[in-house]
Amino acid sequence: MADVVLDGVTKRFGTTTAIDDLNLTIADGELIVLLGPTGAGKTTTLRLVAGLERADQGRIFIGGHDVTTVEPAGRDVTFVFQQYSLYPHLSVYDNLAFPLRSPARRVAEPEIKRRVTDIATMLRIAHKLQNRATQLSGGEMQRVAIGRALVRRPSIYLMDEPLSSLDAKLRSDLRLELKRIQQDLGATILYVTHDQIEAMTLASRIGILNAGRLVQIGSPREIYRNPANLYVAARLGQPAINLVPEGLIPAGSAPAGTRTIGARTEHLRIEKASNGHAIGKVEWIEHLGDQNHLHVSVGDRKLTTLVDPQTDLVAGDQVALSLVDPLYFDQAGNRIGGGN
Amino acid sequence: MPGLTQAHSVVAPSTASRRIAGALVIVYAIITMIPLLWIIATSFKTPPDSISYPPKVIFTPSLEGYVNLFTTRTRQTPEVIATLPPPTTWYDKLVRSRNMVIAGPSNVIPRFVNSIIIAFGSTFLAVFLGTLAAYGFSRFKVPLKDDLLFFILSTRMMPPIAVAIPIYLMYRELGLSDTKLGMILLYTAVNVSLAVWLLKGFIDEIPREYEEAAMIDGYTRLQAFRKAVLPQAATGIAATAIFCLIFAWNEYAFAVLLTSGTAQTMPPFIPFIIGEGGQDWPAVAAATTLFVIPIFVFTILLRKHLLRGITFGAVRK
Repeated sequence: MADVVLDGVTKRFGTTTAIDDLNLTIADGELIVLLGPTGAGKTTTLRLVAGLERADQGRIFIGGHDVTTVEPAGRDVTFVFQQYSLYPHLSVYDNLAFPLRSPARRVAEPEIKRRVTDIATMLRIAHKLQNRATQLSGGEMQRVAIGRALVRRPSIYLMDEPLSSLDAKLRSDLRLELKRIQQDLGATILYVTHDQIEAMTLASRIGILNAGRLVQIGSPREIYRNPANLYVAARLGQPAINLVPEGLIPAGSAPAGTRTIGARTEHLRIEKASNGHAIGKVEWIEHLGDQNHLHVSVGDRKLTTLVDPQTDLVAGDQVALSLVDPLYFDQAGNRIGGGN
Repeated sequence: MPGLTQAHSVVAPSTASRRIAGALVIVYAIITMIPLLWIIATSFKTPPDSISYPPKVIFTPSLEGYVNLFTTRTRQTPEVIATLPPPTTWYDKLVRSRNMVIAGPSNVIPRFVNSIIIAFGSTFLAVFLGTLAAYGFSRFKVPLKDDLLFFILSTRMMPPIAVAIPIYLMYRELGLSDTKLGMILLYTAVNVSLAVWLLKGFIDEIPREYEEAAMIDGYTRLQAFRKAVLPQAATGIAATAIFCLIFAWNEYAFAVLLTSGTAQTMPPFIPFIIGEGGQDWPAVAAATTLFVIPIFVFTILLRKHLLRGITFGAVRK
């Protein structure tokens, strides 16, 4: 394991800039999750670290060595792809042994057998070792793909939405497993996902990317509680943060320059309105079992918030809303009074 | 349950439709195989049987066609034959019963060997070069890629024989006329465009992640190509090889024009067998039968790949 540094890295594809002056340091043993919409540059960042793409500007260091122009084989990284990385013509065992048998490594067969068996046991696929890769279920395939990364002890593991092709149940199982493995091995991981639950639960730090730029990086808690701007605020939170113009809902004293107020469930107080204080109306309540989503209209705005499953509110009720210490954003969308 | 009709299954065809499909396949197979079976039958007939009318379906088999194919013979009077020492082998006897004497072996074996060397050699070269070129076109940023691919395709846009005379003159100058190397190069040039296009299609279907994963795992680009891409492309390579082989094996026009002796292949050789006196159809049929066997064997060996090759890309896993 080693720390990884991206220093002012820029990558262009034709006229589009995929990564724009990216500075990122991944400490030894840290799991950094890159979060952002499609096209934000998450996968490109992974590919740059792996050496599958060459940076146009800037430098990349792995364990203190400048690897900016080093071939992928010489970088000592592993990559878990979203899909397709198992060789259909090989058995599960041979797939897992593939990285160890590379000409660059040439691990002895008894050692390969030991490591493959260890990893297969850890990932609970030991009974499938002699199967062909194509005879596995989706979850098993993805576990083998992760296993292929884990048989080595690289400087850094790169994972590109490794769980996204799985169903919800498997995804949460493997998420826990990954977290456990990461803690057991003390692995350095750069992880890309769309899934904010994965990001919140796995990450030591979350990096938010927008159009090739790193907008904010911090612990999941920081990113959630102290987003630097509207873009970051909208990335985390379920249901998504409500963004309303200043003045729509009573907010006590908004700081000067506030244009937009961000209100999550914990920032909103909703009560059944008594005579004339109503400013909103309950549109409907989504019952999701463990939680209920309450949809409220205020003027022409729609707000969504969590509500106690035992709530006595029903669709059509007039409600009074107020804000408690919400997030304030200025004209440009930057947070006011943030960073504290 | 009486009174209830069985729901029609979408997945499994009914017995009736399976029988109809089976019958159609058999009928079609018989229709396409009749000429081939007729040629094989003719190769075992005597010359008189082969041209009798009405044609004989039931006949006494004879190896005369094969004997005539593999030998050259001279016609002698029965008096001369009577002075010769008695025949030592069954084929000597057979030939003498037709008032002929074996003069020596025919050219069929060298011609057959030429066909094998030229067809398999050019197929190997076309597929080898085609695979590398297709991989390059599929994976790398090649300047003028589309133009180059179009150029490669354009070499197939006119019938190859249209350039026969320039090639003939060129080959004469280069000393490639009537050489195996010349024929291998020619067939490779014709086939390589087909190979590039077919194989590019197959390789495009192989996810890049396969090689990328291998390269990250410590393999060089070429090693990754060999370990991760080639096994995946085996199906496409087999299908392409069969197409190339069939072309090179059957090619007639260039073979007639450019070969006459040492490099002559089977297609221009077979018509020469007909003979100067009577028309020796059994020998021609015997040559044709032997000529079909290598393609037949090659296709059978690769048929598993060929079937998968035809449906390749149709099913996304």
